[in-house]
Amino acid sequence: MFLGKVIGNVVCSVKDEALTGKKLMLVDRLPNGPTVVAIDAVGAGAGETVYFCRGKEASFAFLPDEIPTEATIVAIVDTIYAEGE
Amino acid sequence: MILARIIGTVVATRKDPRLEGKKLLVCQPINPKGEDEKGYVIAVDTVHAGFRERVLVVAGSSARMASGCKDTPVDAAIVGIVDQISRDSD
Repeated sequence: MFLGKVIGNVVCSVKDEALTGKKLMLVDRLPNGPTVVAIDAVGAGAGETVYFCRGKEASFAFLPDEIPTEATIVAIVDTIYAEGE
Repeated sequence: MILARIIGTVVATRKDPRLEGKKLLVCQPINPKGEDEKGYVIAVDTVHAGFRERVLVVAGSSARMASGCKDTPVDAAIVGIVDQISRDSD
């Protein structure tokens, strides 16, 4: 899983049926990774630090539905503590 | 998932039978500003996307969850046509 920052959102009207009603967020991987589009499973908002999972496991957040996603925001970060910082 | 723009098509006569009838498109990854990124990806189209359209591409094993791709040898699928990209910094 990775930390990311929500920087915006994407709107698609034509999309896979399984994606209907799902929020598509633009997420920058922290500290300076690429931007990915992730489905929001927790109601994250703009500017928030989140963590998201990638790969097939990303779709497990919506089980038993099978959602075609490879990045899902699964938590909103309150604080991060890392030794040495 | 990544943002991409469709820049071409791929035609293959001999292919896995489970890929028959599927449209293969060449996608150029783009950043949220619409600028081209490195590389390209060949993705199966599940939403009838067209040339030069901005699309949402799902890669990896999750691509098989796209409609019509179950149990097919696919690792990239187009699952949405992008209408609008909003960035908070704009």
